Amino acid sequence: MARYVVDVMPKPEILDPQGKAVLGSLPRLGFAGVSDVRQGKRFEIELDGEPSDALLDEVRAMAEKLLSNPVIEDFEVHLQGEPEGTFA
Amino acid sequence: MKVGVVTFPGSLDDGDARRAVTIGGNEAVALWHGDDDLRGVDAVVLPGGFSYGDYLRCGAISRFAPVMTSVVEAAGKGMPVLGICNGFQILCESHLLPGALIRNDHRKFVCRDQRLRIERVDTPWTSSYAAGAEVTIVLKNGEGGFVADEPTLDRLEGEGRVVARYLDDNPNGSLRDIAGISNERGNVVGLMPHPEHAVEDLTGPGTDGLGFFTSLASSVFA
Repeated sequence: MARYVVDVMPKPEILDPQGKAVLGSLPRLGFAGVSDVRQGKRFEIELDGEPSDALLDEVRAMAEKLLSNPVIEDFEVHLQGEPEGTFA
Repeated sequence: MKVGVVTFPGSLDDGDARRAVTIGGNEAVALWHGDDDLRGVDAVVLPGGFSYGDYLRCGAISRFAPVMTSVVEAAGKGMPVLGICNGFQILCESHLLPGALIRNDHRKFVCRDQRLRIERVDTPWTSSYAAGAEVTIVLKNGEGGFVADEPTLDRLEGEGRVVARYLDDNPNGSLRDIAGISNERGNVVGLMPHPEHAVEDLTGPGTDGLGFFTSLASSVFA
């Protein structure tokens, strides 16, 4: 069994109203010094078989086709337990 | 003309859209999301609502409904397709239209009578309007902010593909006050406000929306 993580984030230049709402709430709860909050989505995907480059490519294809919208979002895919890569 | 109106799980305005099609002088045909048969229609309306509960992203799941394969194929051959609100979101997710619709910048659901200017009138959905016509129709959305990168926005403006623009104050943070756009050919139109709720004096703010449903006939006979 292989478990992959897909993180999806709004592109930096896209307004993130949900992140802004969280940013507005934190100081009211006494958390000072928060300069920005961005809100994204995390998917955990289990696949049959041992982890492999082919499976990683498969998950990347899922992220491109369904899990993210390339117009407004970036995504990053990694095997659970391994270090995160960079957003593309 | 026979105009199909697709019902997805979570569609809200399919009934009103069929009614508007009929009042506009065309025959309304109910289409089902799970059926790839377009039943011989001449045009398709994707109505407003919250298809598939807006899960993942608005329109993201609907894009892969069996009916959409047929709609995308027919649109490519020139069939008129109008996406209203959630339908606009589905057209963007299907890549029939550029850009995307995100949560309103003020984060609140907005529901009001909205003034618009109709800017592109050579589409099968807007040919009943005079260029620059100012109309008032219903607007109701939570995720109606139209966004695209600057080159895409410039191309839409340069090619005259902005179909409708918000007048007075911008209700949802849409870039360049864009309320509706079309594809290059003009047969596919996406619109955030709801013309189907403005086709009778008894309900809604008037009949300014009727033009979207009478244009089909006039564009065929033009």
